Amino acid sequence: MTTTQAAARTTGRIGDNAQRPDGTLKVTGEFAYASDLWHDDMVWGVTLRSPHPHARIRRIDVTEALTVPGVSAVLTADDVPGENAFGLEHADQPVLAGEFVRYEGEPVALVAADHPETARRAAGRIRVDYEVLPALTDARRALDDDAPQVHPGGNLVRHLRLRRGDPAPTAPVVVSLDFEVGMQDQAFLGPESGLAVPAEDGGVDLYVATQWLHVDQRQVCLALGMPPEKVRLTLAGVGGAFGGREDLSVHVHACLLALRTGRPVKMSYGREESFYGHVHRHPATMTYEFGAERDGTLVYARAHVLLDGGAYASSTAAVVGNAGLLGLGPYRFPSVAVDAFGVFTHNPPCGAMRGFGCVQAAFAHEALMDELAAAVGVDPVEIRRRNGVQEGDRTITGQVIDSAAPVAELLQRVADLPLPPPLPGHPDLRDLPGAVGNTTHGEGVRRGVGYSVTYKNVGFSEGFDDYSTARVRLQVTGGEAVATVHTAAAEVGQGLVTVQQQIARTELGVERVVVVPADTAVGSAGSTSASRQTYVTGGAVKAACEAVRTAVLQRAAVALGRPVAGLALDGDKVLGAGGEVLAGLADVLGDDAVEETVEWRHRPTHAVDPETGQGDAHVQFAFSAHRAVVDVDVELGLVKVVALDTAQDVGKAINPDAVVGQIHGGSAQGMGLALMEEVVVTDGHVRNPSFTDYLLPTILDVPPMQVQVLEYADPHAPYGVRGVGEPPTISSGPAVAAAVRAACGKPLRRVPIRPEHVTGTQPTAIPPRSDRP
Amino acid sequence: MRVTTTVNGTERTADDVWPGESLLHLLRERLGLPGAKNACEQGECGSCTVYLDGEPVCACLVAAGQAIGRKVTTVEGLAAGQALHPVQEAFVEAGAVQCGFCTPGLVVAAHDLLARVPEPSDPEIREALAGNLCRCTGYEKILDAVRLAARRQAAR
Repeated sequence: MTTTQAAARTTGRIGDNAQRPDGTLKVTGEFAYASDLWHDDMVWGVTLRSPHPHARIRRIDVTEALTVPGVSAVLTADDVPGENAFGLEHADQPVLAGEFVRYEGEPVALVAADHPETARRAAGRIRVDYEVLPALTDARRALDDDAPQVHPGGNLVRHLRLRRGDPAPTAPVVVSLDFEVGMQDQAFLGPESGLAVPAEDGGVDLYVATQWLHVDQRQVCLALGMPPEKVRLTLAGVGGAFGGREDLSVHVHACLLALRTGRPVKMSYGREESFYGHVHRHPATMTYEFGAERDGTLVYARAHVLLDGGAYASSTAAVVGNAGLLGLGPYRFPSVAVDAFGVFTHNPPCGAMRGFGCVQAAFAHEALMDELAAAVGVDPVEIRRRNGVQEGDRTITGQVIDSAAPVAELLQRVADLPLPPPLPGHPDLRDLPGAVGNTTHGEGVRRGVGYSVTYKNVGFSEGFDDYSTARVRLQVTGGEAVATVHTAAAEVGQGLVTVQQQIARTELGVERVVVVPADTAVGSAGSTSASRQTYVTGGAVKAACEAVRTAVLQRAAVALGRPVAGLALDGDKVLGAGGEVLAGLADVLGDDAVEETVEWRHRPTHAVDPETGQGDAHVQFAFSAHRAVVDVDVELGLVKVVALDTAQDVGKAINPDAVVGQIHGGSAQGMGLALMEEVVVTDGHVRNPSFTDYLLPTILDVPPMQVQVLEYADPHAPYGVRGVGEPPTISSGPAVAAAVRAACGKPLRRVPIRPEHVTGTQPTAIPPRSDRP
Repeated sequence: MRVTTTVNGTERTADDVWPGESLLHLLRERLGLPGAKNACEQGECGSCTVYLDGEPVCACLVAAGQAIGRKVTTVEGLAAGQALHPVQEAFVEAGAVQCGFCTPGLVVAAHDLLARVPEPSDPEIREALAGNLCRCTGYEKILDAVRLAARRQAAR
């Protein structure tokens, strides 16, 4: 039913530009994404969602919906057999709303019918009697005594308190700012989709696009009241993720409908529903103050970060952790006081998105570093170089950075890259802000250059048991050694399937490596997030290959009557110490397969002290720098990004082309947040749930990107790898914002930067907090 | 409603088509051709791009009934048997494919561009592909792929 497997044979070991095994299927249209799934006799499921950000449900009448011809089921909260609750860290979100709805778009009822349009029409005939309640839609009011309570336990999700050094520091130079970051959408192109198939054992098989099969399985089991052996998940083709698939979407709903109707159920959101169907990047309100010596050497930092978590917890607590623990950037601060808060509101729930808390904070700390540079009269590169951490330094949580931290070198690298030529006297319209809109011929256009350097934790932090499981089998098939790699790790487009093949080829010396579909028949691989899979699942595949190799060589030693030391495995041959062929793999294994399953963990991390935020919270840090060059029409406020160049340390590039591809894509997403991407929410209502009104960078918006890849191996990580995916999304946006500020001379304390902010026709200052309850 | 249309050179018929269905739905759900993708279904992202009588269109914006008696070519119809079209080949080789959800639409749009303009400049490539959103690649390797495909085609 699913074809996500390779048709073409590919090659390549660690460090090679191996091609994707699924590339051919993806260019011919044969690759089966979750929304492509189809089953004989299947019906379609749709979701009825709340139109209100906060309301009490007095009554739901499904009678009329059930009379629509073609409808096979209509379900509400009463039909959830297990616990009506799910959530990544806390099960605080109803599968279907019970007494209350807490955000616009919250699922209230489900319909299954033989045609999606029939199901939608029937959903429109469900009568829900709502008592609309006052909504808390301004995060800055969330902790006030008189604020409406989103959940019984109060509106605070997490307060991270970080204190280090002098509690009352002073400095000769003090700079400060307020900064606001809008809500960004992951905007993966493949909508939330899945197919649930009822099974003969009374359980269900769910094929779904996700980032972590096992955390989904746990939540689905809870809601269905079933043990894990009855709820089997298989990864369907994933059309992008970027954090937006960490939380459940169609999962439980499709299973509920399948179990009720006894038929396979397909659910697939349209784009508008997708905007309501997954969490977004937290909007942030931040106040920062840096104190420094007159030469710009940092003395202290104070920061207050407020993240709007929306109606349910999702991963807000962990995002707060990042925004606090990493929220001052990769700089040395002798004294620090940071308070980061995540709060509940009746806005759409927010959670994971690429960069995870570091993105928001980076806009503030990088804008303030530029302020400091101006205040002490040095250039933006120099102020960062002077204060950047180095290997052996301590972070603001007191953790020693025990591998490369090339902040100064990354900055120097981007600064040394060639700059784009200045605009000619009579520029091509397509090179100007406004382009073929013909809004300018160059008059009023000013060029600006901006820099940024940031860092990100790799893997799960603060004591989380972060592991992955890999099962590797080696056998001789048709005279050829074939390795089979089985993990539950989600390939979401980043190229993990390619990396798994490269590792197995390298470790076992085989050419043919089959990566079988990810499913819950093997142990958890952890999440495809936090830039962690090449490190952690890569580490597990490496370890499982090593175990297989050891087992094969032990059998060879027995068969050959030689000591195992000195034997080596190279594909279908067993070699002696001098590289001579001692036996064929087929001679050693015959028809047997050698299979090993390994659970692999990175070094443990630790919870931070609740009073001071001090501790070894992270396993690894990844650094990147950007330089952006922009042309700004200061009269109209239109921006053209001319260049977006970057340098990043990746430890070891397992697949250099794929690494560069990650850096390109991550940079574009950061640029999008700086200039155009915002889910506009007013009074708890999303105003732009479409690709018409939520603007994404097109090929006309994204400039050429020069990429410098550094490879300073992390001695603690497999092959020395360092997480790649998130860093570029963190450093690119602040560089773009800095370049626009440099061009127009305005402070621009909010992103995305809108034309009216550049022209000054609307103030850039953060608006006073709303008095609306 | 009965819809009869020629898809990738073969006459196909679907019965009981609801008049509100799009060509995209017809292809994906009734004719077993899910190559054209359902990313936005409002004509903004280009991932459902197919040829209709030789013109590239967003299949989500064409009613299924509008395809009656016409010729549709989808991404599934570009390769010659097992041999990928040079544009498809170039997308794989250049690393222009990550999640790949935008890829079918981009492949068709690039195929159309190179049929009209065999050696496009970068601004021409950007303009031609401006209706195709990609969220993974930042477009750099997509530009590489189109340049590579143009060189390959010129060499043939």
